[in-house]
Amino acid sequence: MSDTSKTSLLALSPRTKQRNAAEKRFRAYGVAAIAIGLLMLTVLVTNIFSRGTGAFQQTFVTVNVELLESKLDKKGNRDLEDIKKVTTFGYNPLIRDSVVAKVEELGIQTDLKAKDLGGILSKGAVGQLREFVIANPDKIGETIEFRFLAQSRVDGYLKGRVHRESIGNDKSISAEQLDLVDQLVDAGVIVKSFNMDFITGADASDQRPEAAGIGVAMLGSLSMMFVVLGLALPIGVAASIYLEEFAPKNRLTDIIEVNISNLAAVPSIVFGILGLAVFINYMHLPTSAPLVGGLVLTLMTLPTIIISTRAALKAVPPSIRDAALGVGASKMQAVFHHVLPLAAPGILTGTIIGLAQALGETAPLLLIGMVGFIASNAPETLADGLLAPNSAMPAQIYEWAKRADPAFYERAWGGIIILLVFLVTMNTLAVILRRRFERRW
Amino acid sequence: MPTLWLVVSLLVLSAAGFVFGRQRAMSSAEGNAKELHSLPSYYGHNVAFTTLIPALGALAIWLLVQPMFIENRVSGMIPAELVPEGSSLSLMMSDVRRVADGLDFAVDNGVLSGAEASAMDAANTDVRAFLAGIGVALGAEVSPEILVAAQTYRQMSNTGGILMTVLVAVLALAGFAWSYMQTHKDFRARNVVEKGVMSLLIFAASLAILTTIGIVLSMFFETINFFKLHNAADFFFGSTWAPNFRGDSELSILPLLWGTLYVSFIALLVAVPVGLFAAVYLSEYANNTVRSFAKPLLEILAGIPTIVYGLFALLTVGPLLVGTFGKGGFLGVEWMAGATSVLTAGVVMGIMLIPFVSSLSDDIINAVPQAMRDGSLGLGATKSETIRQVVLPAALPGIVGAVLLAASRAIGETMIVVMGAGAIAKFSGNPLESMTTITTRIVSQLTGDTDFASPETLVAFALGLSLFVLTLGLNVLALYIVRKYREQYE
Amino acid sequence: MNDMQFTDRAVDQKETKIAAQGVNVHYGDAHAIKDVNVEIEDKTVTAFIGPSGCGKSTFLRCLNRMNDTIDICNVTGNILLDNEDIYDKRVDPVQLRAKVGMVFQKPNPFPKTIYDNVAYGPRIHGLAKNKADLDEIVEKALRRGAIWDEVKDRLDKPGTGLSGGQQQRLCIARAVATEPEVLLMDEPCSALDPIATAQVEELIDELRTRYSVVIVTHSMQQAARVSQKTAFFHLGTLVEFGHTGQIFTNPEDPRTESYITGRIG
Repeated sequence: MSDTSKTSLLALSPRTKQRNAAEKRFRAYGVAAIAIGLLMLTVLVTNIFSRGTGAFQQTFVTVNVELLESKLDKKGNRDLEDIKKVTTFGYNPLIRDSVVAKVEELGIQTDLKAKDLGGILSKGAVGQLREFVIANPDKIGETIEFRFLAQSRVDGYLKGRVHRESIGNDKSISAEQLDLVDQLVDAGVIVKSFNMDFITGADASDQRPEAAGIGVAMLGSLSMMFVVLGLALPIGVAASIYLEEFAPKNRLTDIIEVNISNLAAVPSIVFGILGLAVFINYMHLPTSAPLVGGLVLTLMTLPTIIISTRAALKAVPPSIRDAALGVGASKMQAVFHHVLPLAAPGILTGTIIGLAQALGETAPLLLIGMVGFIASNAPETLADGLLAPNSAMPAQIYEWAKRADPAFYERAWGGIIILLVFLVTMNTLAVILRRRFERRW
Repeated sequence: MPTLWLVVSLLVLSAAGFVFGRQRAMSSAEGNAKELHSLPSYYGHNVAFTTLIPALGALAIWLLVQPMFIENRVSGMIPAELVPEGSSLSLMMSDVRRVADGLDFAVDNGVLSGAEASAMDAANTDVRAFLAGIGVALGAEVSPEILVAAQTYRQMSNTGGILMTVLVAVLALAGFAWSYMQTHKDFRARNVVEKGVMSLLIFAASLAILTTIGIVLSMFFETINFFKLHNAADFFFGSTWAPNFRGDSELSILPLLWGTLYVSFIALLVAVPVGLFAAVYLSEYANNTVRSFAKPLLEILAGIPTIVYGLFALLTVGPLLVGTFGKGGFLGVEWMAGATSVLTAGVVMGIMLIPFVSSLSDDIINAVPQAMRDGSLGLGATKSETIRQVVLPAALPGIVGAVLLAASRAIGETMIVVMGAGAIAKFSGNPLESMTTITTRIVSQLTGDTDFASPETLVAFALGLSLFVLTLGLNVLALYIVRKYREQYE
Repeated sequence: MNDMQFTDRAVDQKETKIAAQGVNVHYGDAHAIKDVNVEIEDKTVTAFIGPSGCGKSTFLRCLNRMNDTIDICNVTGNILLDNEDIYDKRVDPVQLRAKVGMVFQKPNPFPKTIYDNVAYGPRIHGLAKNKADLDEIVEKALRRGAIWDEVKDRLDKPGTGLSGGQQQRLCIARAVATEPEVLLMDEPCSALDPIATAQVEELIDELRTRYSVVIVTHSMQQAARVSQKTAFFHLGTLVEFGHTGQIFTNPEDPRTESYITGRIG
């Protein structure tokens, strides 16, 4: 046995040095773990922003279109029915000619055919033009300046997604077209600017990533959140009040409590199966409807709300209840008049966090059919908003991520930025509420 | 949707009930609220609730029971010999519903009148061609029996709807009238209202149980249907997953389970060490400043929706791994073919689970009494020796519980594996290959055009039930361990 | 004071083990220990007494730098162990605590076997060359902790399964196993019943032959029973320090007298 009494405290024994080194290593593991976690967060966030901000900018081409009467209104009587008979196909030459005219006006030399010149515009340009003409038939015959979306390859070229080397056998764009684009950019005809349509617009078909927006899906999410808020909050609060304030301590109450804590951990996809089987197959509610999505998310969010509401109720000291009972209130009055208002900030905080969770949830929505189609129109009435097929923000992001054209990926990341803006706002609100109303008893 | 209007009119009637009930109580007390047994608003609430709640309850029950009732009656009409080999009654019923929906659609669009739809005869009309003409596609020719069944189905649904409206209206009006007549200054309105509110509270609390029952039953019955069409032994013990929509599929859960567990294992391999060390550092070493910024920042990772992680796996981590292990990659090897792989999904899921593991472990480590640490430090142990040899062994059961909870999360996670793991079901040990999981298959079997009478669709319910049982088992076990652990130090 | 009996013991002059000079302790803004000077002798039991919150436990925890684990605690002044300042920058508290062992108020055996509890210290300090050596250390420590006979047949059972008194003696054995020179005891009997207390007190008296023992106690009777020297703390200052018999029978300071006669405390 070593005799420690002879050793001085001032000199470190070799073993202590060893042990201190081990201590440092262990500490370093801890720092490394935190660093890894924070690094991942940074990578994730920078990745989202570096790849998603592009979606908020779009390339536009400004051209002057001559609305030829000979093409749009052959009879010349400005009869709306006749004008409507001209399909988008009939507008193609006008678009083409407008680009040709612009190129000639600027004196740009190019070997491109008229069809390829028109090809730098989005395929949706004809639709935009036709809508304008139908809305303003009196403008036929005039030459009007239009700002059209550029097609997605041109947009990608300006954003650095499409390169000359990578367009090898891309049928949508050629090197000559890119040369032209360069010249048009110099001339200020092609510009990149803020893209409001991404935030407010509807999804677009596979061919037109440049026109896709998340606005309609946002409305879908919003409708679902209304359903969740309208159902989960009252039901959750009612259930919590019963369990926390009135429930007798018996087997049934125990079962309910265990049930709730387990429901909170059931995989979300299982709720999707439940929604599909019960709401759609059995009750025959419409597929893809935000109402169904809202119902499923309600069931999913309920346990979260119940758990946080119960915590909030528990935090109200019994003395408040006693005081109310002491002046002759019934137990129900004591709870509704005194306990509930005091617990309200806590309940609200829990509800917002539950809603934020529901807003980002995707898996159950896949099963009730909220993906795989193009929700092209914003719902017009409240009933429409709940019952007409729609998508939701996370489902829309998933849909974009699945498509073949990489131009949609930018949309997906951009959609995530919007989704995160909502989540951050909601969570900040929850934190502020908690700070503002936090009460220590 | 007439049901919506029914609900709206109920709400209006109930609001009116509140106003009238309150008025009547006040006038019975000659305008002196002190004469009343309860506060005036209680009389209003009494009328409002009596009007609304029984009617709403009846409406809800009717909506739930009617489909079941009609289904039973109509399926009784289909003779057993008509059910073809390899098919089932439920398959025939889905045809019936399809035809009935088609007829409804035709009537709604004015192609048929209601009477024509009821009188249509399979003998002299080609129903399939007719419905195809208006855009309703049918999988098979419509036999006379099916058409008759569909017509009955339609008729019963319509009658049911009318009956329901009548019943609900009668209930609401009766409730209104009865409670209005009862309203009098000596009526104990508060007690009655409180009893009513109490039963509503109880109902809300029991919804949690109803949800669980709903989950189990909805999957259970479809699973039974699945096992009628498909061999249960093949599902549980077979070795191949090869759905084939022409029939004769091999649907075994084992390869999917393998993929699921493999991905979860890799996720835990990332999340447990990082999460645990982060928790140890935060609870034992970090000062308040570090804790107050590192902890919420880490927890942001937990608040990010899984779709974001899925996209991160598909578009960032996957290509990065291919750039390292794939053809022409950084290492110059050719081990990885596509961006989706077990590793892709596992790593990303691991990142997602870091804060989950760390915050659970943090709680658990904090529950170890300070006296344990003092005892060890007082003997001259260093902090790390104390943590490794005293704190962590003492916290072990709790940490095991936390890891089990994380595992259950990983197993049930959907979006990351749907986007990052791939679609090929196989037994392989190579983490760079793409494999598929239970949740991925549930999604793919249940999205798109699904036919709820084919085993290829129904298998999703069997998978869902297995997933539910698996995660529930893990959760119950984990919660039990954690609770026992906490009791030990209380 | 009839229940107090002073064992007739030789109180010959012994060499100083620990010398504290001008020690001040601050907890954040609170001044917990005010300019304490005290000399603790070797092979002697020194008792710290005083009302709750007087700083006696805080001072005790300074002696093996256990206060280092509390962030806001700040210690100034000198504490010399064998003439070496334990707050010197070169001193590693880990090495210090091997020399100055500590037993706590509540028995705190680790959730390990009895054997592993005792072997923990020797293992981390590397005191045993092999298994047989370790077995010997464990046995010796358990014997010195006066618990060997009770646990020798169940060394592989968890230490948490013992009774409170046994647990505390196990903790003493655990502290003794690292061959310390000083044993600090922070109210070691406050969580024990009278019989267990008597056993632990008896043990403390035996430990005196090998170690310098410092005991913080709430109970004046206990101080009188086990200690040779007594220090009385009040509001963070050391009021009086001297032979136990003298402190209890003939205190110099009126505050000491008030305390032992029960007027303050």
